[in-house]
Amino acid sequence: MKPAPFDYLRAGSLDEALAALAEHGSEARIIAGGQSLLPMLNMRLAKPALLIDIMGVAGLDQVRREGAMIVVPAGVRQAALLQRPGLASEQPLLAAALPWLGHYQTRARGSVCGSAAHADPSAEIPLCLVALDGEVRLRSRRKRRVLKAAAFFSGMMVTEKADDELIEAVAFPAARPDTGYAFNEVARRHGDFAIVGCAAVVEAGQIHLAVAGVADRPERRSWPRLDGSALDDALNTFAWELDAREDLHASARLRRDLVRTLGRNTIEEAARCLA
Amino acid sequence: MPRLSAATRHRVGFTLNGKPVSVEAEPRLLATDALRHGIGATGTHVGCEHGVCGACTILIDGAPARACLTLAVQLQGREVTTVEGLAPAQDRLSVLQAAFRRHHALQCGFCTAGILISLDAFLREKPEPSEQELREVVGGHLCRCTGYTPIIAAAREAAALLRGESQTIAQTTAAESLDV
Repeated sequence: MKPAPFDYLRAGSLDEALAALAEHGSEARIIAGGQSLLPMLNMRLAKPALLIDIMGVAGLDQVRREGAMIVVPAGVRQAALLQRPGLASEQPLLAAALPWLGHYQTRARGSVCGSAAHADPSAEIPLCLVALDGEVRLRSRRKRRVLKAAAFFSGMMVTEKADDELIEAVAFPAARPDTGYAFNEVARRHGDFAIVGCAAVVEAGQIHLAVAGVADRPERRSWPRLDGSALDDALNTFAWELDAREDLHASARLRRDLVRTLGRNTIEEAARCLA
Repeated sequence: MPRLSAATRHRVGFTLNGKPVSVEAEPRLLATDALRHGIGATGTHVGCEHGVCGACTILIDGAPARACLTLAVQLQGREVTTVEGLAPAQDRLSVLQAAFRRHHALQCGFCTAGILISLDAFLREKPEPSEQELREVVGGHLCRCTGYTPIIAAAREAAALLRGESQTIAQTTAAESLDV
C-alpha cells in the first residue's frame, strides 16, 4: 500500500504543467487534491513516472460566473464549492449532491475537476455534470477545447481527455427559472460510493433523469412530462438499457429497481420544487 | 520549481503543531510515514491507507485531510496539526479530549486520533452543530470497538462547553484534568 516511485513537479504556472504534460504524455498524471489519485497510487493501480502538482498555480481556486455557467477551475476544492454563498439557489442540484461526495474530511481536500477526471461511474460530480448538460474544458499546450459532459465520460474511469490535456475547468449551468432540481442516493454509508445516485431536472415540458452507479458512466435520458404508469414504463426501459453491474455491494436487479423507485422519487421531488 | 527526482530524498520543511520541522522524503513518501517514521510523531495512526478509515486524519492549514492520501512533499511550507497538538499542555486535555474521557468515547484508541482531529476542526467551523451534522463528520471514520454513541455524546458536550453553556461541567473538567 505504498506508491511506486515517481518524480514530482510542483508547477508554478499552467504553462509549466502543460509543457510537462506535452513532454511526458501518458507517463505523467496531474495531481490536485489527490483524493481519487492517491488511493490509485497506494494500490499501484496507477504507476505514473511523473506527478505534476497544480495546486500551487495561482488563479485556479476561484469559482466564477460566466453568464449562465458556474465555472469551477482545476484548483477549486469540493468543500469550497459546497460553501459557495447562495449555491442552493444558484444551482440546487449541486447543493443537494455535494454533501454526498465523499466525507467532510475528503471534500476539504479533493478537487471538483479531479473527481471529473477520475470518472468513477458512481461519482456525484460526473453525475451532476451529465444531469445538467454541463461542460468539461480541456487544455493542452496546443489548444483548448470544450466537451459536453455526456461526450467526455466514455466508460469506467475512461474519458475523452488526451494524454497531453488537463481539465482546466468544469462548468455547470446555473438554475433556470421554472425548473426543478433534485438529487437522491443510496449508499452503504453516507459518503461511501453510491450504489445508485439519481439527479433529476424537471422543466415545464420535459423531464431529465441522470443515473450514476448503474452503467459504466453516468447516463441521462429525457422524456416529455410523463406521470403514472407511463413514467414507470419509461423508467423501466431506462433501467434495462443501463446494463446494470453486479458487485459486492448490490445485485444488478437491486440497481435496476433503484432506478425505477429512487428515479421516480427524485423526479417527483424535482417536480414539487417546480410547482 | 525544480523537479524532485524519484530516486533521491528531498528536504521538506513545514510547521508541526506550532514548531518548525523538516523531514527527508522521496516524492512517493506518504505524509503518514513522514510523520511517524521521519519525525517520530506516532500519534497519527495508519489504518487502511486508502482514505476510508479516517484514522490518519490531520489538519493541513486548519482543514482536515487524510494523511495517507497526502504526499509528504505536499506538506512543504504548510501548517500541520496532529493529535499531539490538541492538548493545551503536557498534563492537560483539551475540552474535546476530556469529554471523550468522561463519556468513555474510546476503548482501544486506534481510531481516536483521527476522530478528535476531525471534530476539533468541525467544532471550530460550526460551534452549534446538530447531532445529524456530527454524525456525518464522524461518518468519515471507522471505529470497530467503542461504537459511535459515546463519541457523539462527547462531541455534543464538548460543543456546549466550548460555547460556554455548561459551567458545572466546565468546572469539573478543570478539576479532572489535573489528575490526567
